[in-house]
Amino acid sequence: MALKTETMILNMGPQHPSTHGVLRLELELDGELIVNVKPHIGYLHRCFEKHAEAMSYPQVIPYTDRMDYLASMYNNFGYVIAVEKLLGIQVPERVEYIRVIMGELQRIASHLVAIGTNGLDIGAFTPFLYLFRDREKILSLFEMTCGARLLYNYMWVGGLSHDIHPDFVRLTKEFINYFRPTITELNNLLTFNKIFIERTANIGVLPLDTAINYGVTGPSLRGSGLAFDIRKEDTYSIYDRFDFEIPVGQGLVGTVGDSWDRYYVRILEMEQSLRIIEQAIDQIPDGDVKAAIPKRIKPPKGTVYTRVENPRGELGYFIISDGNLNPFRVKVRAPSFVNLEVFGELCKGHLVADVIAILGSIDIVLGEVDR
Amino acid sequence: MKQYLKNTWYGIWTVLIGMKITFKHLFTPAVTIQYPDVKVPLPERVRNRLYVNIDDCIGCDQCSRACPVNCIEIETVKSLPGENLGTTSNGKKKALWVTKFNIDIAKCCYCQLCVPPCPTECIYMTDVYEFSEFERDNLVYKFANLTEEEAVEKKSNYEKFQAEKEASRQVGAAASAKPETPVKTQQENKNE
Amino acid sequence: MYQFLFNLSGSEIIATIFTAAVILVFILLFVLFAVWFERKVSAHMQDRLGPMRVGWHGVLQTIADFVKMLQKEDIIATEADRKLYTIAPVLVFTGSFAAYAAIPFSSKLLGSEVEVGIFYLLAVSSFVVAGILMAGWSSNNKYSLLGAMRSAAQIVSYEIPTALVVLSIVMLTGTLSLEKISQLQTAYFWNWNIFGGPEFSLAKFLLIPFMFVGFLIIYISTLAEVNRTPFDIPEAESELVAGYFTEYCGMKWAMFMLSEYANMFAVSAIVTILFFGGYQSPFGYLGNSIGAEWLVPFEQAFWFIAKGIFFVFVQMWLRWTLPRLRVDQLMTVCWKYLIPYAFLNLIIVGFISLL
Repeated sequence: MALKTETMILNMGPQHPSTHGVLRLELELDGELIVNVKPHIGYLHRCFEKHAEAMSYPQVIPYTDRMDYLASMYNNFGYVIAVEKLLGIQVPERVEYIRVIMGELQRIASHLVAIGTNGLDIGAFTPFLYLFRDREKILSLFEMTCGARLLYNYMWVGGLSHDIHPDFVRLTKEFINYFRPTITELNNLLTFNKIFIERTANIGVLPLDTAINYGVTGPSLRGSGLAFDIRKEDTYSIYDRFDFEIPVGQGLVGTVGDSWDRYYVRILEMEQSLRIIEQAIDQIPDGDVKAAIPKRIKPPKGTVYTRVENPRGELGYFIISDGNLNPFRVKVRAPSFVNLEVFGELCKGHLVADVIAILGSIDIVLGEVDR
Repeated sequence: MKQYLKNTWYGIWTVLIGMKITFKHLFTPAVTIQYPDVKVPLPERVRNRLYVNIDDCIGCDQCSRACPVNCIEIETVKSLPGENLGTTSNGKKKALWVTKFNIDIAKCCYCQLCVPPCPTECIYMTDVYEFSEFERDNLVYKFANLTEEEAVEKKSNYEKFQAEKEASRQVGAAASAKPETPVKTQQENKNE
Repeated sequence: MYQFLFNLSGSEIIATIFTAAVILVFILLFVLFAVWFERKVSAHMQDRLGPMRVGWHGVLQTIADFVKMLQKEDIIATEADRKLYTIAPVLVFTGSFAAYAAIPFSSKLLGSEVEVGIFYLLAVSSFVVAGILMAGWSSNNKYSLLGAMRSAAQIVSYEIPTALVVLSIVMLTGTLSLEKISQLQTAYFWNWNIFGGPEFSLAKFLLIPFMFVGFLIIYISTLAEVNRTPFDIPEAESELVAGYFTEYCGMKWAMFMLSEYANMFAVSAIVTILFFGGYQSPFGYLGNSIGAEWLVPFEQAFWFIAKGIFFVFVQMWLRWTLPRLRVDQLMTVCWKYLIPYAFLNLIIVGFISLL
């Protein structure tokens, strides 16, 4: 006679050490086995899109900072490109170069957090702090340039808030030289650690077709083996001038598209970002950092959609202008939000401990999921 | 079997590599500091607490309009024609009494959008970052240098002036608009 | 120690209480030190400073924390099973405290000369499981329950490799008494069991690699028994918040911490006694050479504690280096790796000792 069993509902979050903020997961457990996962979001909802309707175009930029607070530069980047497209203005060369350098530095900083917290979720505390130490160095570069460490409001419509600091080029080069060996150290300490591999390889395998069906982008998609990167596919700014590769997951230690692949793609991407910075830093032309734009930004009637490759995936801004000082509508396609949708699919049949390993490898920022 | 032994070996070996790295770090100097005793030097562009040099403020309200979170509150009173309010440091003539210039620093989001529009560069961000308070009201910084009585006085002055002006304008208007009435007034005067 | 006090006072009760008190004081002092030490070790491994304010380099930090803990409100969840909830931390600590009874700190300072010391240690250290299960169940919290279930499975499984390795040592030395095992490895460090024991023969050299494997196995499995990383899944803070003591606070929580750190030293002591000469000095005694016999037990205690703290340090070192395993992998490591190796090791050691 079969024993009558029932599943247990375990509520993980919104206050939980490793749900990366205020995500609430409703886990249906059979013992420790996951039967079903229901993510509940909205605990950090701050009405970005509604706010934007009441703000003038430059005033929206500080709000974009606060969406994905680990990649504020890139949020600014996407938004200003959209508004500039709407206005039909060209920004100076120097601005483009600085924006790319800042964006790539931000990508490294964001990936450092992603990698570090992924390791932390699995229990490796020390690499997390090493990575935060390195991230601090990038933040110091940002602070030197624009005065803020987290919410930069650096890229403005038609230019930048500040020109780079005279020491910036030298210090960035120093950082690159410092950072390369630490990646190797990280690989030795965490990436190729047997326990880490055991915990992440073959866990949360995301097949390519599922990834595409769910609209997953960014390192999570590339981990599944598709070399899709908007910097190459739909080039914006001056990314077409640089030589870099798009790393994809190859299933080095497990199946293609597992948590380890998503993790490793980020490490490889950091190296590519370093390459881009190295190329760009020597070519920064002289000039002004502000394009000649009217003081009151009043784009003509129309709509625009731009997408950029945020550290987490495709960040899209859809702006409708009705010819006033305020945008009529700003819609954001947040990569974290879209990537989170596939999470339930990934967790099925795994253990409780794997849920956090998978969540860490998807790398969501709740500020962006809820906006 | 071969895989089994390999797994064992790989497990032990990578643990040893990790231990070697952490052991090396045991002797590297710490990167953290003892915060209130030791402080990191801040870069010159650092964006912290807002400060307003009220002597230079002309009360143009541009910063308040640029602010995305409405944390700056400005009230001004027009000066009387005879009053000399002085000039700002870059030579602009002041025309308004700034009776109220409050910044609710608790609301401030440190975006620095208020700084570039200022025509006299009197609002700027300083490197002060330790200003926590027990009372939230203490975080509303009042920059206006007029005392309350003065502000009331200026306001009433201006209102009086405005009323006088209004009256004189009415008088003037009355004088100019109705040329036929003077007779009447004269009669009234006579009646008096 | 017990004998000495018994002779001095003539009362069994007084002797017992005093012996227990000495050991309790040692545990408390060790925990005060170990908590601070762990924080400093972790901090320096992570390029941090760690506690720096209370006393020189924060040595008094643990005392400050302890005072804070005493002041805390003792919260018991409404739906908790109050009786079990209150008993559990005491039971857990009793288990780890009882283990100290048989540990010989030096030839004079030992609680009780149990003939079956190692057997007693293995038995009493699994007492902790009952306490942990009680804590997990009575908290009426799903995380606590999961943690407790994991912990029970883990501790019970990992006793097998420990026992197998202990068995190989017992085969070699022919005694279950911890005191005698320590005495056998006397004089110099090449007489330690890790170097094949005191008898100088061919077997000694053949034994060295197998003793080393045995040491690794017992070290790993005792690490799992005290729930330290990489085997800290019962309290995995990123998965189960804090595991079986999620709902505890204040002094009750401190009891769990106390027993965790006490256990760390206890298992290090086992490893030390079995493989590293117990309280024996690696190179003779100062007391013997200057003719002060009374100094020897103190020197022995010093060596014992030093060795114990070294292994505690290695435990901390591992903790701050490694990620943690998943619950099924933990079982895999135990049943598929450690037990076969331990078993093979046992057979080989048996054959060699026949030589």
